[in-house]
Amino acid sequence: MGQRTPLYDLHLALGAKMVDFGGWDMPLHYGSQVEEHHQVRRDCGVFDVSHMCVIDVSGSQAKAYLQHLLANDVERLHFPGKALYSAMLNEQGGVIDDLIVYLTDAAEGQRGYRLVVNAATRDKDLAWMRQQSGAFAVELNERSELAMLAIQGPHARAKTCELVTQARAALIHELQPFQGLAEGDWFIARTGYTGEDGLEIMLPADQAVAFFNDLVGAGTSPIGLGARDTLRLEAGMNLYGQDMDESVTPLAANMAWSVAWAPAGRQFVGRKVLEELNSTGVQSRLVGLVLEERGVLRAHQVVRVGGVGEGEITSGSFSPTLGKSIALARVPTATGERAEVEIRGKWYPVRVVKPMFVRHGKALI
Amino acid sequence: MSTIPADLRYATSHEWARLEADGTVTVGISDHAQEALGDVVFIELPEVGKTLAAGQEAGVVESVKAASDIYTPVGGEVIAINQDLADSPESVNSDPYASWFFKLKPSDVSELDKLLDATAYQATAGDDA
Repeated sequence: MGQRTPLYDLHLALGAKMVDFGGWDMPLHYGSQVEEHHQVRRDCGVFDVSHMCVIDVSGSQAKAYLQHLLANDVERLHFPGKALYSAMLNEQGGVIDDLIVYLTDAAEGQRGYRLVVNAATRDKDLAWMRQQSGAFAVELNERSELAMLAIQGPHARAKTCELVTQARAALIHELQPFQGLAEGDWFIARTGYTGEDGLEIMLPADQAVAFFNDLVGAGTSPIGLGARDTLRLEAGMNLYGQDMDESVTPLAANMAWSVAWAPAGRQFVGRKVLEELNSTGVQSRLVGLVLEERGVLRAHQVVRVGGVGEGEITSGSFSPTLGKSIALARVPTATGERAEVEIRGKWYPVRVVKPMFVRHGKALI
Repeated sequence: MSTIPADLRYATSHEWARLEADGTVTVGISDHAQEALGDVVFIELPEVGKTLAAGQEAGVVESVKAASDIYTPVGGEVIAINQDLADSPESVNSDPYASWFFKLKPSDVSELDKLLDATAYQATAGDDA
Protein backbone atom coordinates (compact mmCIF):
# COMPACT_ATOMS: atom_id res chain seq x y z
CA MET A 1 0.00 0.00 0.00
CA GLY A 2 1.27 3.40 -0.95
CA GLN A 3 1.01 6.71 0.86
CA ARG A 4 -2.38 8.37 0.80
CA THR A 5 -3.37 12.01 0.58
CA PRO A 6 -6.18 13.34 2.83
CA LEU A 7 -8.47 13.00 -0.23
CA TYR A 8 -7.95 9.26 -0.76
CA ASP A 9 -11.41 8.17 0.44
CA LEU A 10 -13.07 10.91 -1.56
CA HIS A 11 -11.32 9.75 -4.74
CA LEU A 12 -12.66 6.24 -4.19
CA ALA A 13 -16.15 7.60 -3.53
CA LEU A 14 -15.93 9.53 -6.82
CA GLY A 15 -15.12 6.31 -8.68
CA ALA A 16 -11.43 6.92 -9.27
CA LYS A 17 -9.19 4.27 -10.70
CA MET A 18 -6.16 4.47 -8.41
CA VAL A 19 -2.53 3.93 -9.43
CA ASP A 20 0.85 4.10 -7.77
CA PHE A 21 2.69 7.34 -8.50
CA GLY A 22 6.06 7.75 -6.85
CA GLY A 23 4.93 5.72 -3.85
CA TRP A 24 1.53 7.43 -3.57
CA ASP A 25 -1.90 5.95 -4.31
CA MET A 26 -3.30 8.57 -6.66
CA PRO A 27 -6.33 8.80 -8.98
CA LEU A 28 -5.46 7.97 -12.62
CA HIS A 29 -8.93 8.98 -13.83
CA TYR A 30 -12.52 9.00 -12.65
CA GLY A 31 -13.95 7.40 -15.81
CA SER A 32 -12.41 8.89 -18.94
CA GLN A 33 -8.99 10.49 -19.07
CA VAL A 34 -9.74 12.11 -22.44
CA GLU A 35 -13.00 13.67 -21.18
CA GLU A 36 -11.18 15.04 -18.14
CA HIS A 37 -8.53 16.53 -20.41
CA HIS A 38 -11.16 18.35 -22.51
CA GLN A 39 -12.92 19.51 -19.36
CA VAL A 40 -9.80 21.37 -18.21
CA ARG A 41 -9.12 22.92 -21.65
CA ARG A 42 -12.73 24.04 -22.09
CA ASP A 43 -14.02 24.76 -18.57
CA CYS A 44 -12.18 23.74 -15.43
CA GLY A 45 -11.23 20.81 -13.25
CA VAL A 46 -9.71 20.11 -9.85
CA PHE A 47 -6.66 17.93 -9.19
CA ASP A 48 -5.46 16.54 -5.88
CA VAL A 49 -1.73 17.29 -5.88
CA SER A 50 -1.24 16.84 -2.16
CA HIS A 51 1.52 14.33 -2.85
CA MET A 52 3.77 17.22 -3.87
CA CYS A 53 6.18 18.39 -1.25
CA VAL A 54 6.09 21.90 0.26
CA ILE A 55 9.24 23.15 1.97
CA ASP A 56 9.53 26.53 3.68
CA VAL A 57 12.98 28.10 3.78
CA SER A 58 13.69 30.83 6.33
CA GLY A 59 16.56 32.34 8.29
CA SER A 60 18.87 35.31 7.90
CA GLN A 61 20.75 33.64 5.00
CA ALA A 62 17.77 32.10 3.23
CA LYS A 63 18.35 34.21 0.13
CA ALA A 64 22.08 33.47 -0.08
CA TYR A 65 21.34 29.78 0.43
CA LEU A 66 18.84 29.62 -2.44
CA GLN A 67 21.17 31.63 -4.67
CA HIS A 68 23.71 28.86 -4.06
CA LEU A 69 21.19 25.99 -4.36
CA LEU A 70 19.18 26.95 -7.44
CA ALA A 71 20.09 27.57 -11.08
CA ASN A 72 17.57 30.38 -11.29
CA ASP A 73 18.17 33.46 -9.13
CA VAL A 74 15.75 34.29 -6.29
CA GLU A 75 17.10 37.86 -6.56
CA ARG A 76 14.54 38.10 -9.38
CA LEU A 77 11.74 37.83 -6.80
CA HIS A 78 11.29 41.54 -6.20
CA PHE A 79 8.28 41.46 -3.89
CA PRO A 80 6.36 38.87 -1.82
CA GLY A 81 4.03 36.84 -3.99
CA LYS A 82 6.38 36.50 -6.92
CA ALA A 83 7.33 33.01 -8.01
CA LEU A 84 9.95 31.48 -10.25
CA TYR A 85 10.64 28.11 -11.81
CA SER A 86 14.08 26.64 -11.26
CA ALA A 87 16.21 23.57 -11.55
CA MET A 88 18.15 22.30 -8.56
CA LEU A 89 21.41 20.89 -9.93
CA ASN A 90 24.13 18.57 -8.71
CA GLU A 91 27.84 19.42 -9.11
CA GLN A 92 27.81 17.78 -12.57
CA GLY A 93 25.04 20.09 -13.75
CA GLY A 94 22.46 17.28 -13.71
CA VAL A 95 18.91 18.07 -12.63
CA ILE A 96 18.15 16.80 -9.11
CA ASP A 97 14.65 18.24 -9.39
CA ASP A 98 12.63 21.09 -10.88
CA LEU A 99 10.59 23.25 -8.56
CA ILE A 100 8.72 26.49 -8.00
CA VAL A 101 9.93 28.95 -5.38
CA TYR A 102 7.73 31.75 -3.97
CA LEU A 103 8.97 34.73 -1.99
CA THR A 104 6.74 34.75 1.11
CA ASP A 105 8.47 37.37 3.28
CA ALA A 106 10.75 40.13 2.04
CA ALA A 107 11.72 41.71 5.36
CA GLU A 108 15.51 42.16 5.40
CA GLY A 109 17.20 39.59 7.63
CA GLN A 110 14.15 37.31 7.82
CA ARG A 111 13.34 36.52 4.24
CA GLY A 112 11.02 33.57 3.74
CA TYR A 113 10.58 31.36 0.73
CA ARG A 114 8.27 28.48 -0.10
CA LEU A 115 9.45 25.71 -2.41
CA VAL A 116 7.21 23.14 -4.06
CA VAL A 117 9.12 20.06 -5.24
CA ASN A 118 8.10 16.75 -6.81
CA ALA A 119 6.61 13.94 -4.76
CA ALA A 120 8.80 11.13 -6.03
CA THR A 121 11.99 13.10 -5.32
CA ARG A 122 11.02 14.29 -1.83
CA ASP A 123 13.56 12.30 0.16
CA LYS A 124 16.58 12.96 -2.04
CA ASP A 125 15.62 16.65 -2.40
CA LEU A 126 15.43 17.13 1.36
CA ALA A 127 18.68 15.24 1.91
CA TRP A 128 20.43 17.36 -0.72
CA MET A 129 18.97 20.60 0.58
CA ARG A 130 20.08 19.80 4.14
CA GLN A 131 23.54 18.83 2.96
CA GLN A 132 23.89 22.07 0.98
CA SER A 133 22.63 24.20 3.89
CA GLY A 134 25.73 23.45 5.99
CA ALA A 135 27.38 26.88 6.04
CA PHE A 136 24.18 28.95 5.85
CA ALA A 137 22.03 30.30 8.67
CA VAL A 138 18.88 28.77 7.29
CA GLU A 139 15.97 26.65 8.41
CA LEU A 140 14.13 24.09 6.29
CA ASN A 141 10.61 23.23 7.29
CA GLU A 142 8.65 20.56 5.45
CA ARG A 143 4.95 21.35 5.51
CA SER A 144 3.53 17.86 5.21
CA GLU A 145 0.41 18.94 7.11
CA LEU A 146 -0.70 20.89 4.03
CA ALA A 147 -2.83 19.47 1.25
CA MET A 148 -2.64 20.96 -2.23
CA LEU A 149 -5.33 21.30 -4.87
CA ALA A 150 -4.85 22.54 -8.42
CA ILE A 151 -7.90 24.14 -10.02
CA GLN A 152 -7.16 24.62 -13.70
CA GLY A 153 -8.98 25.81 -16.80
CA PRO A 154 -10.35 29.02 -18.34
CA HIS A 155 -13.11 29.22 -15.68
CA ALA A 156 -11.01 28.00 -12.75
CA ARG A 157 -10.57 31.34 -11.01
CA ALA A 158 -14.17 32.46 -11.46
CA LYS A 159 -15.56 29.17 -10.16
CA THR A 160 -13.17 29.11 -7.20
CA CYS A 161 -14.07 32.68 -6.22
CA GLU A 162 -17.71 31.67 -5.77
CA LEU A 163 -16.78 29.16 -3.08
CA VAL A 164 -14.24 31.00 -0.93
CA THR A 165 -14.27 33.88 1.56
CA GLN A 166 -14.41 37.44 0.26
CA ALA A 167 -10.80 38.04 1.24
CA ARG A 168 -9.65 34.99 -0.69
CA ALA A 169 -11.76 35.89 -3.71
CA ALA A 170 -10.22 39.38 -3.64
CA LEU A 171 -6.73 37.88 -3.59
CA ILE A 172 -7.59 35.55 -6.49
CA HIS A 173 -8.70 38.62 -8.49
CA GLU A 174 -5.47 40.45 -7.73
CA LEU A 175 -2.96 37.69 -8.38
CA GLN A 176 -1.07 37.98 -11.64
CA PRO A 177 0.09 34.83 -13.45
CA PHE A 178 2.92 33.15 -11.54
CA GLN A 179 2.21 34.86 -8.24
CA GLY A 180 1.13 33.34 -4.96
CA LEU A 181 0.31 34.70 -1.49
CA ALA A 182 -1.03 33.55 1.84
CA GLU A 183 -4.55 34.43 2.98
CA GLY A 184 -5.16 33.15 6.50
CA ASP A 185 -4.04 29.53 6.58
CA TRP A 186 -4.37 29.12 2.81
CA PHE A 187 -1.62 29.84 0.29
CA ILE A 188 -3.13 30.69 -3.08
CA ALA A 189 -0.99 30.73 -6.23
CA ARG A 190 -1.85 31.45 -9.85
CA THR A 191 0.31 28.64 -11.16
CA GLY A 192 -0.24 25.22 -12.66
CA TYR A 193 0.88 22.41 -14.88
CA THR A 194 -1.68 22.44 -17.67
CA GLY A 195 -1.01 25.45 -19.93
CA GLU A 196 -4.31 26.97 -18.81
CA ASP A 197 -5.10 29.74 -16.37
CA GLY A 198 -5.76 28.46 -12.86
CA LEU A 199 -4.75 28.17 -9.26
CA GLU A 200 -2.77 25.96 -6.95
CA ILE A 201 -3.98 26.18 -3.37
CA MET A 202 -2.13 24.86 -0.34
CA LEU A 203 -4.40 24.49 2.66
CA PRO A 204 -4.64 22.55 5.93
CA ALA A 205 -5.37 18.90 5.21
CA ASP A 206 -8.53 18.93 7.32
CA GLN A 207 -10.08 21.62 5.09
CA ALA A 208 -9.09 20.03 1.80
CA VAL A 209 -11.78 17.35 1.66
CA ALA A 210 -14.60 19.83 2.21
CA PHE A 211 -13.19 22.27 -0.34
CA PHE A 212 -12.65 19.55 -2.98
CA ASN A 213 -16.21 18.39 -2.32
CA ASP A 214 -17.55 21.95 -2.68
CA LEU A 215 -15.76 22.34 -6.01
CA VAL A 216 -17.09 19.04 -7.35
CA GLY A 217 -20.57 19.87 -6.02
CA ALA A 218 -20.46 23.19 -7.89
CA GLY A 219 -19.69 21.42 -11.16
CA THR A 220 -15.89 21.38 -11.28
CA SER A 221 -14.83 17.94 -12.50
CA PRO A 222 -12.26 15.95 -10.56
CA ILE A 223 -9.26 15.26 -12.81
CA GLY A 224 -6.78 12.40 -12.49
CA LEU A 225 -3.07 12.09 -13.13
CA GLY A 226 -3.73 10.67 -16.61
CA ALA A 227 -5.16 13.94 -17.90
CA ARG A 228 -2.58 15.87 -15.87
CA ASP A 229 0.08 14.13 -17.97
CA THR A 230 -1.52 14.81 -21.38
CA LEU A 231 -2.27 18.42 -20.39
CA ARG A 232 1.32 19.13 -19.32
CA LEU A 233 2.66 17.35 -22.40
CA GLU A 234 0.53 19.52 -24.71
CA ALA A 235 1.77 22.56 -22.77
CA GLY A 236 5.35 21.38 -23.35
CA MET A 237 6.13 21.14 -19.65
CA ASN A 238 8.75 18.65 -18.52
CA LEU A 239 8.01 15.76 -16.20
CA TYR A 240 10.84 15.04 -13.81
CA GLY A 241 12.24 11.51 -14.13
CA GLN A 242 11.00 11.27 -17.67
CA ASP A 243 12.12 14.34 -19.63
CA MET A 244 15.09 15.09 -17.39
CA ASP A 245 16.90 13.61 -14.43
CA GLU A 246 20.33 13.75 -12.79
CA SER A 247 22.05 12.59 -15.98
CA VAL A 248 20.66 15.54 -17.99
CA THR A 249 21.57 19.22 -17.74
CA PRO A 250 18.93 21.94 -18.02
CA LEU A 251 20.59 22.98 -21.30
CA ALA A 252 19.56 19.65 -22.86
CA ALA A 253 16.10 19.73 -21.27
CA ASN A 254 14.66 22.94 -22.72
CA MET A 255 15.28 24.64 -19.36
CA ALA A 256 18.13 26.97 -20.35
CA TRP A 257 15.71 29.91 -19.99
CA SER A 258 15.46 29.15 -16.27
CA VAL A 259 19.23 29.36 -15.68
CA ALA A 260 20.22 32.82 -14.44
CA TRP A 261 23.78 33.54 -15.66
CA ALA A 262 23.96 37.08 -14.36
CA PRO A 263 25.57 38.11 -12.11
CA ALA A 264 28.62 36.16 -13.25
CA GLY A 265 29.84 35.91 -9.68
CA ARG A 266 26.88 33.89 -8.39
CA GLN A 267 28.36 30.43 -7.92
CA PHE A 268 25.27 28.22 -7.92
CA VAL A 269 25.77 24.46 -7.75
CA GLY A 270 26.48 23.10 -11.23
CA ARG A 271 27.38 26.45 -12.78
CA LYS A 272 30.91 25.46 -13.73
CA VAL A 273 29.83 22.46 -15.76
CA LEU A 274 27.07 24.40 -17.52
CA GLU A 275 29.54 27.13 -18.48
CA GLU A 276 31.95 24.56 -19.90
CA LEU A 277 29.10 23.00 -21.89
CA ASN A 278 28.11 26.40 -23.19
CA SER A 279 31.60 26.99 -24.56
CA THR A 280 32.09 23.50 -26.03
CA GLY A 281 28.52 23.23 -27.31
CA VAL A 282 25.56 21.26 -26.01
CA GLN A 283 25.21 17.97 -27.87
CA SER A 284 21.47 17.44 -27.58
CA ARG A 285 18.25 19.34 -27.08
CA LEU A 286 14.67 18.62 -26.13
CA VAL A 287 12.22 19.17 -28.99
CA GLY A 288 8.58 18.51 -29.76
CA LEU A 289 7.48 15.85 -32.25
CA VAL A 290 4.17 15.62 -34.09
CA LEU A 291 3.02 12.41 -35.77
CA GLU A 292 0.73 13.21 -38.69
CA GLU A 293 -0.19 9.58 -39.30
CA ARG A 294 -2.30 7.35 -37.09
CA GLY A 295 -0.35 5.88 -34.24
CA VAL A 296 0.91 6.88 -30.82
CA LEU A 297 4.38 8.09 -29.89
CA ARG A 298 5.61 6.68 -26.58
CA ALA A 299 8.53 7.26 -24.23
CA HIS A 300 11.76 5.42 -25.23
CA GLN A 301 10.91 5.02 -28.91
CA VAL A 302 13.96 5.69 -31.07
CA VAL A 303 14.11 8.89 -33.15
CA ARG A 304 16.21 8.84 -36.32
CA VAL A 305 17.39 12.11 -37.84
CA GLY A 306 18.67 11.64 -41.38
CA GLY A 307 22.37 12.50 -41.70
CA VAL A 308 22.55 13.69 -38.09
CA GLY A 309 22.10 10.80 -35.71
CA GLU A 310 19.65 9.31 -33.27
CA GLY A 311 17.62 10.43 -30.30
CA GLU A 312 14.90 9.16 -28.01
CA ILE A 313 11.36 10.08 -27.06
CA THR A 314 11.19 11.08 -23.39
CA SER A 315 7.40 11.58 -23.15
CA GLY A 316 4.81 10.67 -25.74
CA SER A 317 1.07 10.30 -25.87
CA PHE A 318 -2.06 11.04 -27.80
CA SER A 319 -3.00 14.71 -27.68
CA PRO A 320 -6.75 14.95 -27.10
CA THR A 321 -6.78 18.64 -28.10
CA LEU A 322 -4.95 18.09 -31.41
CA GLY A 323 -6.38 14.64 -32.18
CA LYS A 324 -2.95 13.29 -33.03
CA SER A 325 0.08 11.99 -31.22
CA ILE A 326 2.77 14.32 -29.85
CA ALA A 327 5.99 13.79 -27.95
CA LEU A 328 8.98 15.38 -26.29
CA ALA A 329 12.25 13.93 -27.54
CA ARG A 330 15.94 14.43 -26.86
CA VAL A 331 17.68 14.66 -30.23
CA PRO A 332 21.06 15.80 -31.57
CA THR A 333 21.36 19.61 -31.53
CA ALA A 334 21.68 19.75 -35.33
CA THR A 335 18.24 18.18 -35.88
CA GLY A 336 16.16 20.02 -38.48
CA GLU A 337 12.44 19.99 -39.16
CA ARG A 338 11.93 16.32 -39.94
CA ALA A 339 12.75 13.04 -38.25
CA GLU A 340 11.48 9.47 -38.06
CA VAL A 341 10.29 7.43 -35.14
CA GLU A 342 10.29 3.67 -34.84
CA ILE A 343 6.94 2.30 -33.69
CA ARG A 344 6.80 -1.49 -33.42
CA GLY A 345 9.47 -2.06 -36.03
CA LYS A 346 8.15 0.46 -38.57
CA TRP A 347 9.52 3.95 -39.22
CA TYR A 348 7.05 6.85 -39.23
CA PRO A 349 7.85 10.42 -40.36
CA VAL A 350 7.39 13.09 -37.68
CA ARG A 351 7.55 16.88 -37.68
CA VAL A 352 10.05 18.49 -35.29
CA VAL A 353 8.53 21.53 -33.54
CA LYS A 354 9.13 23.83 -30.59
CA PRO A 355 8.12 21.87 -27.50
CA MET A 356 4.88 23.71 -26.82
CA PHE A 357 1.81 22.34 -28.54
CA VAL A 358 -1.21 23.96 -26.86
CA ARG A 359 -1.64 27.08 -24.72
CA HIS A 360 -4.86 28.53 -23.34
CA GLY A 361 -6.99 26.11 -25.33
CA LYS A 362 -5.35 26.95 -28.66
CA ALA A 363 -3.19 24.78 -30.89
CA LEU A 364 0.27 26.26 -31.51
CA ILE A 365 1.46 23.82 -34.14
CA MET B 1 -17.70 -4.54 -12.51
CA SER B 2 -17.36 -5.40 -16.17
CA THR B 3 -20.00 -6.89 -18.44
CA ILE B 4 -19.49 -10.43 -19.82
CA PRO B 5 -22.28 -11.50 -22.20
CA ALA B 6 -23.15 -15.19 -21.86
CA ASP B 7 -23.49 -15.83 -25.61
CA LEU B 8 -19.84 -15.09 -26.45
CA ARG B 9 -16.62 -17.05 -26.08
CA TYR B 10 -13.48 -15.46 -24.65
CA ALA B 11 -9.71 -15.78 -25.00
CA THR B 12 -7.50 -15.44 -21.93
CA SER B 13 -5.92 -12.49 -23.77
CA HIS B 14 -9.34 -10.72 -23.42
CA GLU B 15 -10.75 -10.94 -26.95
CA TRP B 16 -14.33 -12.09 -27.47
CA ALA B 17 -15.55 -14.27 -30.37
CA ARG B 18 -19.06 -14.79 -31.65
CA LEU B 19 -20.13 -17.54 -34.06
CA GLU B 20 -22.58 -15.98 -36.51
CA ALA B 21 -25.49 -17.79 -38.23
CA ASP B 22 -23.57 -17.78 -41.54
CA GLY B 23 -20.64 -19.66 -39.98
CA THR B 24 -18.31 -16.66 -39.74
CA VAL B 25 -16.73 -15.52 -36.47
CA THR B 26 -16.77 -11.92 -35.24
CA VAL B 27 -13.98 -10.73 -32.92
CA GLY B 28 -13.61 -7.80 -30.53
CA ILE B 29 -12.15 -7.03 -27.11
CA SER B 30 -13.94 -7.49 -23.80
CA ASP B 31 -15.34 -4.86 -21.48
CA HIS B 32 -12.69 -5.86 -18.97
CA ALA B 33 -9.99 -5.23 -21.61
CA GLN B 34 -11.25 -1.78 -22.60
CA GLU B 35 -11.53 -0.81 -18.96
CA ALA B 36 -7.96 -1.88 -18.28
CA LEU B 37 -6.66 -0.05 -21.38
CA GLY B 38 -8.39 3.25 -20.71
CA ASP B 39 -9.44 5.61 -23.51
CA VAL B 40 -8.76 3.95 -26.86
CA VAL B 41 -7.34 6.40 -29.42
CA PHE B 42 -6.20 4.26 -32.33
CA ILE B 43 -6.66 0.72 -33.63
CA GLU B 44 -4.54 -1.16 -36.13
CA LEU B 45 -6.56 -3.93 -37.81
CA PRO B 46 -5.41 -6.92 -39.87
CA GLU B 47 -5.61 -6.88 -43.66
CA VAL B 48 -8.65 -8.41 -45.31
CA GLY B 49 -7.68 -11.65 -47.02
CA LYS B 50 -4.96 -12.47 -44.54
CA THR B 51 -5.03 -15.93 -42.97
CA LEU B 52 -4.25 -16.08 -39.28
CA ALA B 53 -3.69 -18.99 -36.91
CA ALA B 54 -5.45 -19.08 -33.54
CA GLY B 55 -3.50 -16.99 -31.05
CA GLN B 56 -1.65 -15.09 -33.76
CA GLU B 57 -1.19 -11.32 -33.52
CA ALA B 58 -4.03 -9.62 -35.39
CA GLY B 59 -3.61 -5.94 -34.62
CA VAL B 60 -2.87 -3.34 -31.98
CA VAL B 61 -5.01 -1.23 -29.70
CA GLU B 62 -3.43 2.06 -28.66
CA SER B 63 -4.95 3.74 -25.64
CA VAL B 64 -3.84 6.88 -23.86
CA LYS B 65 -2.00 4.54 -21.53
CA ALA B 66 -0.27 1.95 -23.71
CA ALA B 67 -0.19 -0.08 -26.90
CA SER B 68 -1.39 -3.66 -26.62
CA ASP B 69 -1.46 -6.41 -29.17
CA ILE B 70 -4.68 -8.18 -30.01
CA TYR B 71 -4.70 -11.86 -30.92
CA THR B 72 -7.23 -13.74 -32.94
CA PRO B 73 -9.03 -16.24 -30.70
CA VAL B 74 -9.61 -18.64 -33.60
CA GLY B 75 -7.76 -19.21 -36.87
CA GLY B 76 -9.09 -18.35 -40.31
CA GLU B 77 -9.19 -15.87 -43.14
CA VAL B 78 -9.98 -12.24 -42.36
CA ILE B 79 -13.07 -11.40 -44.45
CA ALA B 80 -14.00 -7.97 -43.03
CA ILE B 81 -12.65 -5.27 -40.75
CA ASN B 82 -14.62 -2.59 -38.92
CA GLN B 83 -13.68 0.65 -40.69
CA ASP B 84 -15.82 2.71 -38.30
CA LEU B 85 -13.22 2.17 -35.60
CA ALA B 86 -10.76 4.36 -37.52
CA ASP B 87 -13.02 7.39 -37.01
CA SER B 88 -14.43 6.55 -33.60
CA PRO B 89 -12.01 4.34 -31.68
CA GLU B 90 -13.68 5.55 -28.46
CA SER B 91 -16.70 3.35 -29.29
CA VAL B 92 -14.59 0.43 -28.05
CA ASN B 93 -14.81 2.05 -24.61
CA SER B 94 -18.49 2.92 -24.74
CA ASP B 95 -19.75 -0.31 -26.33
CA PRO B 96 -17.05 -3.01 -26.54
CA TYR B 97 -19.40 -5.78 -27.67
CA ALA B 98 -20.90 -3.79 -30.57
CA SER B 99 -17.47 -2.45 -31.59
CA TRP B 100 -16.20 -5.52 -33.39
CA PHE B 101 -12.67 -5.50 -34.83
CA PHE B 102 -12.75 -8.08 -37.64
CA LYS B 103 -14.65 -11.06 -39.02
CA LEU B 104 -13.09 -14.39 -39.91
CA LYS B 105 -14.01 -17.36 -42.02
CA PRO B 106 -12.81 -19.92 -39.44
CA SER B 107 -10.55 -22.69 -40.65
CA ASP B 108 -11.68 -24.94 -37.80
CA VAL B 109 -14.88 -23.99 -36.02
CA SER B 110 -14.11 -26.40 -33.17
CA GLU B 111 -11.40 -23.98 -32.01
CA LEU B 112 -14.25 -21.98 -30.49
CA ASP B 113 -14.80 -24.79 -28.01
CA LYS B 114 -11.29 -24.32 -26.66
CA LEU B 115 -12.13 -20.74 -25.65
CA LEU B 116 -13.55 -19.76 -22.27
CA ASP B 117 -17.26 -19.42 -21.68
CA ALA B 118 -18.58 -16.41 -19.78
CA THR B 119 -18.30 -18.08 -16.37
CA ALA B 120 -14.74 -19.24 -16.90
CA TYR B 121 -13.76 -15.85 -18.35
CA GLN B 122 -15.33 -14.09 -15.39
CA ALA B 123 -13.02 -16.08 -13.13
CA THR B 124 -9.94 -15.20 -15.23
CA ALA B 125 -10.76 -11.54 -15.66
CA GLY B 126 -11.50 -11.34 -11.97
CA ASP B 127 -8.04 -12.65 -11.18
CA ASP B 128 -6.06 -9.88 -12.79
CA ALA B 129 -8.67 -7.16 -12.47
